[in-house]
Amino acid sequence: MNFFIPPQLKRLVLAFAIFISAFLIIRHFLVPETFGQYGFYRGASLEETAQTPVMYAGQEACFTCHQDIEDLKQQDVHSEVRCETCHGPGQKHSENGDTTLLENPVSRESCGMCHSKNVAKKKEAIFQINLKEHYIDKKCIDCHNHHQPWVMKE
Amino acid sequence: MGNERVKSSRRKFLKSAATIAGSAIGFNLLGSSRYLVFAAEPKEEALPWYGIVIDIEKCIGCGKCAKSCKIENDVPQEPFFFRTWVEQYTVENNGSVDIISPNGGIDGFEQQVPDEEVFKSFFVPKMCNHCSKSPCTQVCPVGATFESPEGITLIDEKYCIGCRYCVQACPYGCRFIHPVKKVANKCTLCYHRLKKGLDPVCMEVCPTGARMYGNLRDKDSKIVKFLKEHTTHVLRPNLNTGSKLYYNALSMEVR
Repeated sequence: MNFFIPPQLKRLVLAFAIFISAFLIIRHFLVPETFGQYGFYRGASLEETAQTPVMYAGQEACFTCHQDIEDLKQQDVHSEVRCETCHGPGQKHSENGDTTLLENPVSRESCGMCHSKNVAKKKEAIFQINLKEHYIDKKCIDCHNHHQPWVMKE
Repeated sequence: MGNERVKSSRRKFLKSAATIAGSAIGFNLLGSSRYLVFAAEPKEEALPWYGIVIDIEKCIGCGKCAKSCKIENDVPQEPFFFRTWVEQYTVENNGSVDIISPNGGIDGFEQQVPDEEVFKSFFVPKMCNHCSKSPCTQVCPVGATFESPEGITLIDEKYCIGCRYCVQACPYGCRFIHPVKKVANKCTLCYHRLKKGLDPVCMEVCPTGARMYGNLRDKDSKIVKFLKEHTTHVLRPNLNTGSKLYYNALSMEVR
């Protein structure tokens, strides 16, 4: 070293070195282990998010036992509507068929959620009916078969 | 002291500056800087890159998507918190636009404006857009929200500090603070279901198939075919969020 280093500079560099190394040591203990594994986040949280319990089983699970209903449904306009759309979450029932039965939506309001007349619904998207005029003293399923709506009961 | 010292220190300065610059360039070229600079890059090409399509012409406003999402994802039933919701836009003949979203569409929609006054009306389901350049991940001070390697924006509930910066930053209004857990919450595209090979619940229960999702990298997937065949738009393209939620038949009134 043939140039002159002022003593203040030496002390300053030493102070910086102490603070930076203290920071790095503390940081090493505070930052979680999987942090930075895939990006600026805790990599373990992907696994934790994936552990959330499932409430809806998916249509395939229904068909393992209810294949006859599926065959009926495939023949009519409700073929693209999945079971849990109307019947609600089915995971618990598919695990244990006897304990938890699913809701059977039989009221005019539940059919009306999709089929009631609304100017915002496109006619190509869904068949609409004016529920205030159409057989108001009956339930929909008195005449319509719910899985085969155009196969009338009477 | 004097002239000699000035000349020699200039040479030493140039030498040390060149050393520092050279080592910085070398360090970056070698690639070891990725251990210091955290960035979201797709790590493996084999993973899917999820995108979503919503077809406004098919949505009938039944609200099953919003209802089933709340059940599946343990979202409280109050009408303030939604991971996904449906809005109804009614453009009247006099040009005014009404936007309603009663309980997110869960109870269905009653037609408010009589037929003869309506010029056009439609339903717009909304959810997290899973942006590829999402503002919410940029503003998070701790790294509690992030884009997963599959392109899904997720929240690390154990790490979130509840500062609400992300709720403010999202231009689509899809984040909220969970009233019980007190941390941020939003649509995860049912990540827990995707990992089991199931569809997200909103897509599963939609009766008309208005909601679709898929792998944007797979040229044969339904969603890529749909994007090729239809004219799709994203919400607020001027904000350059890299939104991966594409709407078919999106009208200019939609905010």
